[in-house]
Amino acid sequence: MKNKVLLDKKALERTVTRMTHEILEKNHGCAALSLIGIRTRGIYLANRLQKKIEDIEGIKPPVGILDITMYRDDINKLKSPVIKKTDIPFDVNNGTIILIDDVMHTGRTTRAAIDAIMDLGRPKKIQLAVLVDRGNRELPIHPDYAGIHYTANPEEEVLVRLHEVDGKDEVVIVRS
Amino acid sequence: MKTLIKGGRLVDPGREIDAKLDILLNGNIVEKIDKNILDKGSGMRVIDAAGHIVAPGLIDVHAHLREPGYEYKETIRTGTMAAVKGGFTSVVCMANTDPVNDNKSVTEYIVKTARLEGACRVFPCGAISKGLKGEELSDIGEMCEAGIVALSDDGKSVKNAGLLRKAFEYSLLFRIPVISHCEDDNLSGGFVHEGLASVKSGLDAIPSIAEEVIVHRDIAVARYVNAPIHLTHISVQGSLEAIAAAKKGYGKITCDTCPHYFSLIDEATLGFDTNTKVNPPLRSRQDLDAVKEALRNNTIDIIATDHAPHEFTSKDVEFNLATFGISGLETAFALSLALVRDGVLTLKELLAKFTVNPARLLNIPYGTLAQGSAADLIIFNPAIEWTVDTEQFLSKGRNTPFRGWKLKGKNLLTIVDGKIVYRDPLFKKA
Amino acid sequence: MNWDKKDLLGIKELSKEEILLVLDTADSFKDISKREIKKVPTLRGKTVITLFYEPSTRTRTSFEIAAKRLSADTINISSGTSSSVKGETLKDTARNLESMRPDAIVIRHSMPGAPHMLAKILDSSVVNGGDGAHEHPTQALLDLFTIREKKGRIDGLKVVIIGDIAHSRVARSNFFILRHFNTEVVCSGPPTMIPPDIESLGVKAEYDMNKAVRDADVIMMLRIQKERGGISFIPSVKEYSTLYGLRKEHIEKAKKDVIIMHPGPMNRGIEIADEVADGPYSVILDQVENGVAVRMAILYLLIGREA
Repeated sequence: MKNKVLLDKKALERTVTRMTHEILEKNHGCAALSLIGIRTRGIYLANRLQKKIEDIEGIKPPVGILDITMYRDDINKLKSPVIKKTDIPFDVNNGTIILIDDVMHTGRTTRAAIDAIMDLGRPKKIQLAVLVDRGNRELPIHPDYAGIHYTANPEEEVLVRLHEVDGKDEVVIVRS
Repeated sequence: MKTLIKGGRLVDPGREIDAKLDILLNGNIVEKIDKNILDKGSGMRVIDAAGHIVAPGLIDVHAHLREPGYEYKETIRTGTMAAVKGGFTSVVCMANTDPVNDNKSVTEYIVKTARLEGACRVFPCGAISKGLKGEELSDIGEMCEAGIVALSDDGKSVKNAGLLRKAFEYSLLFRIPVISHCEDDNLSGGFVHEGLASVKSGLDAIPSIAEEVIVHRDIAVARYVNAPIHLTHISVQGSLEAIAAAKKGYGKITCDTCPHYFSLIDEATLGFDTNTKVNPPLRSRQDLDAVKEALRNNTIDIIATDHAPHEFTSKDVEFNLATFGISGLETAFALSLALVRDGVLTLKELLAKFTVNPARLLNIPYGTLAQGSAADLIIFNPAIEWTVDTEQFLSKGRNTPFRGWKLKGKNLLTIVDGKIVYRDPLFKKA
Repeated sequence: MNWDKKDLLGIKELSKEEILLVLDTADSFKDISKREIKKVPTLRGKTVITLFYEPSTRTRTSFEIAAKRLSADTINISSGTSSSVKGETLKDTARNLESMRPDAIVIRHSMPGAPHMLAKILDSSVVNGGDGAHEHPTQALLDLFTIREKKGRIDGLKVVIIGDIAHSRVARSNFFILRHFNTEVVCSGPPTMIPPDIESLGVKAEYDMNKAVRDADVIMMLRIQKERGGISFIPSVKEYSTLYGLRKEHIEKAKKDVIIMHPGPMNRGIEIADEVADGPYSVILDQVENGVAVRMAILYLLIGREA
C-alpha cells in the first residue's frame, strides 16, 4: 500500500504555528507557562513551540523532557528495557504546564505523563497539545490543542517525522 | 560345570598376553587357556566373546563401601553390585565406617557380610589408628588374621609422624602395605583446589602443597624403616615429581590416582555443582597433564576409584556443606579407556594398572589368568558408547560429576569365582 | 540493547553491554531519590524478599529502599528470624518462600554459590547480595557507577584496591567488572591476603602500598574480613594498620583528583584514617547513595518486564 502524507513540511510548520497561537490565546500569553515534551518527538515539538512563543511574545518559556517509561501500564511488555532520563529543570508547582506529544491515540501515554508530572509537584493546570489526534481513545482524556484530527483505522500507523530525529518533517499514514 | 569363553581377544598384562585365546573354566578355576578350544562336552556353557576383549577381573584398591554404619550411603551388597557392573571383581574397602574397622570384630563382620551378600571379592583395609584418631595403633595383628590386606587411615593423614613410623614398622611383620592419604590439614581446610578457579569462585581452597608435603614426609618415614608405602589418590604434579624421584632410590613405593584426576579440572567447580566436590579436589590443567604423564611413565602404578557414595541430601546443599566424594565404580574403567584412545597408555598398560599391579600391592592371588588361577574375569568392548545415567546406577551413591557424559567402552560380563555376577543387557545370552 | 537474565548472580556472567545498561538505567533512577515524592509505580504489585544470612545494614536497607521507591512490596528475613535456626535447609526455606509468590529474592549468604543453588530451583529472580568471598555484584556496579559519575569516564583510569583481597567478594566483583574496560587495576595488601593466582584476573599485585597508590585515580579500601578468618592472616591489627591503613601521605602520592572509596562498613583508624574518610576526596557516601539507584535498576531489569 502507498503511504499517505497528511502533512508535508510546510503544512506541519503552519499547524505548529496555529497551535502556538491557540496556546497563547487560551492562556492569555505565556506568563507562568512551561512546556514538557514527552520522549522522543514531543521534545522537538516542545522546542519548536518554545521558539514560536518567543518569536511572538518575546519570552522563552522553559522546556522539560519527560520519559514516561516508569509510569507505563504496559511496562512489563516492553521490548526494550531502556529507561531514559526525565529532565525538568523548573518547578512544576503552581504553574500551567503544556504537555506535548506527537500523536495521541489511546490516551494511555498521557495518563502516564500526567501521573509522572503529579509526582514531581502540583501544577495549577496541565494542558495537552498533540500534533495528530488519531482518535480511538481508551481513556477519558482529550487534547486541549490538536494540530490535526485523523481517525485512523487499526491497521494504519500515524508517523510523525521530525528532521531533528528523522531527517525530514512530515506526518504520514502507513498501512500495514 | 565348565564354561568356555570363546573367540575373544585376551589381554592379560600379568602374563604379557594380548592374543585371540579361548578360556575354559572348570567351576571356579581356569582350566585351560588356548587357541581355539573346542566345544565338545555336553552341558558346557559357551560364552561367545567374539569381537570383545577378555581380561582378568579388575581390582580396586580404594573404595568406600560404607558398611557398617552408613548403609544409607552404600552397603556391601550395593557397592559390590556397582563394582561388578564396572568390571571389578575385587574391591578393597576403606576403614572409615561406623564403627571404624580398627578391630577384628568389624573386619570379621565385613568379611562375613561380603561372603554372604557381596557380588565380588571384598578385602577390608584396616585402620592404622584406633578410631582413625591418629593416637594409638589399632589391633593390626588381629585384623590381619581376620582378613585385612592393607592399613590406612584414609580420609586423613596420620598427623603424628611417630605413630606413622610405628605403623610402617608394624606392617612389616604382616607383610601388608600402608596406604597413605596425603593431606596436611594445617594447609588444607578448603573445598576446592587453590588456583585459577578458586580465585574466581572465592571458595576456600586446598593448595597442592597440602598433598605434596605429606607425600614427602610419608615416603621419608617409610624409607627410614624400609617398609613398603602406597600413596593413594595422588592428584598434583609436585607429589608425582617427589614420587618419581624417590622411586629411583627406593623400590618399595607405589601410588595410585583416580579417573577424575585425569578427566576433570578445577574449572568444573565454577558452577558450584557439589558433585564436583571431592578430596583431594579436582586440580589444575597442569596437574591433570602431570597425572597423565605419570600414568604413561609408570610413576603411577595403579588406577583406583576412591568410590565415595553419598546419599542425595548430603550433596543437595550449599557447596561448603556438601560431602566430599564421587561414586566411581561404575564409570572408572570407561573413563580410563580414554587414556588408550588418547595414546597415553596401551590397553595392556592400562589393564596392568587395574589388575596385576593392584594384586601385587595387596599380595592377593588375582589379577591374572593362568591355568589353575581363580576364575575372575571380565568381557568388555572398548568401542561401545553409552551415556552415564545415574538412574541406572547400582550403587546407592548417585553423586558423580560425569552424569550425562558420553563414555566409550563398556563392561559386558563379569565372572567372579566362576559365576556370572553381571551381564550387560547388550550382551546376549549364548 | 536487551536484558534477558532471570537472575543477577555475579558480574562474571554479565557482558559489557549489560553492565552499561545497568549503569544507564541507574542514572535515570537516581533522580527519583532526589524528589519530594520518592516513588514511581514501575514495580507496583511486585514482591521482593531479602533473605540475609549474614549481618548487613547497608545492602539490605539499600535493596529495601530501592524496591519501595519502585512501589514493590518488600519483606525482610534475616538469619535470626528465619527457620535456619530451627534447622531448615536453605533450599527448603527458599522453596517455602517461593510458594508465597515473590518476584525476586535477594540473598546474602556466607557460602559461595548459595545464590546459584537457589537460582537453579526457583522461578523467582535471584539477586546475589553477597555470597561468601565470591561475588557482590550490586556493590561492583555501584562502585563503577560512582567512578563513572565522578570521573566522567572509566577507560584510562588506574584503580587500586587495598586490603584483604583473598576474602573479599567486593574485590572479586570489581576485578570482574573492571576487566571489561581499559583500566589499570592494582591490588595491594599483605601477601597472605592476596591469592597466588590473582594476576589471572588481569590484576597486578603490589604488596607495597606506597608503590601501589602512585598515580591512582581511584583508591578503594577494604576491611579485614574478620568473619572469614581474616585476622589470622596478619600478626596484628596494629601492624596491618601501619602497613595498609590509608592516610593523607598516600593520597599525596596519588593523582590530584583521586577519589577514595570504601564499600563499608569502615573500621576507622584501621584501614582508613578519619582525615581521609571524611576528607574531600572521599566518595564513600556517594557510593551509598548510588547503591539505591543501581539496585533500583537491577530490580527493574530483572522483574520489571515479562521474560
